[in-house]
Amino acid sequence: MAQEQEQSLLSVKGLYTEYPNERGQTVKAAQDVAFEVPEGKLFTLLGPSGCGKTTTLRSIAGLERPKSGEIRVGARTVYSSATGVFVAPNKRNFGMVFQSYAIWPHMNVFQNAAFPLQVGNKRLSKNEVREKVMRVLSAVALDQLADREATKLSGGQQQRLALARALVMEPPLLLLDEPLSNLDAKLRERMRFELKRLQREFKLTTVYVTHDQSEALALSHEIAVMNEGRIVQIGSPREIYQRPRNRFVADFVGTTNFLDATVVAIGVGDDRCRVATALGELEVQCFDALSRNDKVVISVRPEDVEISEQPPESGGGYNVCRGTVDAKAFLGEHLDFQIKAGECVLLARAHPSLRSPVGDEIYVQMKPEKCIIISADAAPGRARFP
Amino acid sequence: MGVASSLSDASAARPGLWQRLDLKWAVFGVAVMLVAWLALVPLVFLLWQSFYTPQTATVAAEFTLGNYYAAYSSFETLRLFLNSVQFAAGAALFAFLVGTLLAWINERTNTPFKALFFGLSLIPLVIPSILFTVSWILLASPKIGIINLALQSWFNTDTVFVNIYSMTGMIWVDGLHYSPMAFLLMTAAFHSMDPSLEESALMSGASVLQVARRITLKLAWPAVLAAVLILFVRAVESFEVPALLGLPVGIQVYTSSIYEAIHRYPSQIGLASAYGVTLLLITALVVYFQSRLSGQGSRYSTVTGKGFRPRAMDLGKWRYLTAAVFILYLVIVVVLPFLVLVWSSLQKFYSVPTVAALKTLTLDAYRTVLDNPSLGRAVWNSLLLSLGSATVIMLLTSVICWIVVKTRIPGRSLLDNLASLPLMFPGLVLGLAIMIFYLNVDIGVYGTLWIMLIAYVTRFLPYGLRYNMISMLQIHKELDESAAMSGAGWGATFWRIVLPLLKPGLIAGWIYVVIVSVRELSGSILLYSPGTEVVSIVIWELWQNGQYVELSALGVMFIGVLFSFVMLAQFAGKKLGIKEA
Repeated sequence: MAQEQEQSLLSVKGLYTEYPNERGQTVKAAQDVAFEVPEGKLFTLLGPSGCGKTTTLRSIAGLERPKSGEIRVGARTVYSSATGVFVAPNKRNFGMVFQSYAIWPHMNVFQNAAFPLQVGNKRLSKNEVREKVMRVLSAVALDQLADREATKLSGGQQQRLALARALVMEPPLLLLDEPLSNLDAKLRERMRFELKRLQREFKLTTVYVTHDQSEALALSHEIAVMNEGRIVQIGSPREIYQRPRNRFVADFVGTTNFLDATVVAIGVGDDRCRVATALGELEVQCFDALSRNDKVVISVRPEDVEISEQPPESGGGYNVCRGTVDAKAFLGEHLDFQIKAGECVLLARAHPSLRSPVGDEIYVQMKPEKCIIISADAAPGRARFP
Repeated sequence: MGVASSLSDASAARPGLWQRLDLKWAVFGVAVMLVAWLALVPLVFLLWQSFYTPQTATVAAEFTLGNYYAAYSSFETLRLFLNSVQFAAGAALFAFLVGTLLAWINERTNTPFKALFFGLSLIPLVIPSILFTVSWILLASPKIGIINLALQSWFNTDTVFVNIYSMTGMIWVDGLHYSPMAFLLMTAAFHSMDPSLEESALMSGASVLQVARRITLKLAWPAVLAAVLILFVRAVESFEVPALLGLPVGIQVYTSSIYEAIHRYPSQIGLASAYGVTLLLITALVVYFQSRLSGQGSRYSTVTGKGFRPRAMDLGKWRYLTAAVFILYLVIVVVLPFLVLVWSSLQKFYSVPTVAALKTLTLDAYRTVLDNPSLGRAVWNSLLLSLGSATVIMLLTSVICWIVVKTRIPGRSLLDNLASLPLMFPGLVLGLAIMIFYLNVDIGVYGTLWIMLIAYVTRFLPYGLRYNMISMLQIHKELDESAAMSGAGWGATFWRIVLPLLKPGLIAGWIYVVIVSVRELSGSILLYSPGTEVVSIVIWELWQNGQYVELSALGVMFIGVLFSFVMLAQFAGKKLGIKEA
């Protein structure tokens, strides 16, 4: 990747975090977490709740003290278990937007945004503070509301204020803890673009935590998918979606069909091999070295399961099979089909114009480059859709 | 939040960090030490004194069991215990029944004007106990009580109809005075009960009575028991009523016996301590059961703190009867006592209301009271003490609550318990313990206002703690974490974020402590000396001197001032509350 040559601003190495829960048992929150974030890039920690992503973010912030590891920002080490360095959160000078926004209800918009400039050892004149605050407020389009009570803001405005407050001290690093999860669906989509624009415009090095895969895919330069305290895959949004390394990633990011398969032939053209599945023999994409008779799992995204009432033309006729429409659901933008083919049930996403009734015969076609072999480490299971 | 514990590790590892963290740890240390000092010192010295002979200039204290022997050897002891329990249980049950009836009327029926009744029926909480007791003496004493005299002239006999100087009288006065407390407790219980629990029983085919018996009562049971126990502790600690009504006719309870033992000559501090320890054991036991109970209560979904709006029952014509109950109640607890004080304050010498007495109305008593130079000093002392103790308590408990709620310092829940410890100290016992300690350890506070400040702060610490704790728990941890992320140190975060966010609880608690400490009598009565009297002590002294008229004048003014303060505070609170919301 090109990013590896760039200067990395944040570097997290070998981070382990534990804390006792209410019953006194030790919860292993982060296990050997390591990643680098280049300057100006948005890095996302994605995973289900309890996967350790928030703990990792709070360790970077200094709100939690990890058990071991090292966290470096630029040339400055803010935490290292080896040398015993732990910089208090208020000395780290990072900006952070909390899930609840944590807008102080006893202050107005201006006072909220000005607070970071008034505390600590910063000695700024009133005019400097005003100038900086108004600049950052206008960047998030809140300059007209500077005198408004913070509690009278809408959800989206509170979110923008939280962002302004995090940015006002021009932090080297911006930390975002599920900043969009408290907004309603429509607003969330709008704020997603807004956030992306600000991040790209000001080239803010950002660590973003979310459990929402579409948010992660839309915003990030790079995504780390986490599960049970560990990072299971790091990659660009496209890599994560199109080449999931294992079953968890394929399942968590987007919707997918899993097919158990056995390798029949390898080296069929570029990175291709043939596998035997319940649907018959398929030609699939593979990146890892495999040998004959290996047990593997194939992942196919529903939108890559093309269906038609007529047999597809022979030109693209790879991986074609016949099935029957088992059930279908109209979802507005698209139509979800559940197709029964032999022993398997496949989920396919089609244009709403396709109107095949339930029980009809239907043709399924899957392009080889869309059928991904994922590590065989995944527990064998029947073909299914989530 | 993990910061505090992590910071403590860091500071231990690297001494260089100490300077940066100085303020936080200095404040924590001072707060913890103050609380430990306030809560533990009286307890320890009370116990110590109860096992020793009094120390004098010539004789050193010696270990003895004589105090307990003296306290428990006589047959009187059993009577003392039975009297105390009878009085406390009677007053608690009476207050509970009255309060529950009112709470039910107020919460669950469509009685007209109930919001107004609600506000008015809380007035007795503002009236100091000693004034309430005195006004009932003026109403129902066998010789000068207006009720007796009116009934006697009505029926033309000299039968004594009501005698306030009796166990029944004591229970009546104390129970009535604290019925608003029961009213508040039970209103909260009724309020936090999910009506759908009752409605689903109705839908299952249960009759209204069955619902009341099998659902409502069962659900309310923990709240009922908790309320009765709180009222019991309060009544067993009560000093004014037993002292004014019980002592003249020889009905002794623990509090009045402690007072008597101290004021005997030579004063028997050891015996008083033995009584004090016994009383403390009783209250500690009940407080322990009560806290166990409320711990258990959390499994009842009724105690959710969520405000429900229960369906009010339509009483039809009967709602005028319930309104009449409210009016009767107000007449008995507010109108009659206050009017009798006003009447007696306008006399030259105390006399019962007659047409002839109407002609001799005078404001002389007010003049006498206001001209009395010691009154000015007492008012000043009361002001200093109540404002001072309220401020100290609220600031101190805000730090304690921060430690308990927001840090992971080991032993923090112990701190919570420690600060709640004075809850089981009856005012008189606390005064006794503090007196013993500062008599023995001379650091120059005995006989000054400081010793009273110490007593007030100790006694009302738990109340301030509760107010602050509720507010502190409501502050989302991200609100102060975001201040840390903004670069604010502990001091700046506490001063600029936490204290302002605590403000509603802080102010409410402050007002409450001001009111209760201005009324305080039982703690002060063993600690004051000439020059450090407070207003309630002046009232006590006027009573001892038989100056009923002057007492009434002072009482009327006192109630007036307290009442306006509460009104003002409520008004200000509403304005603040609106801004906070």
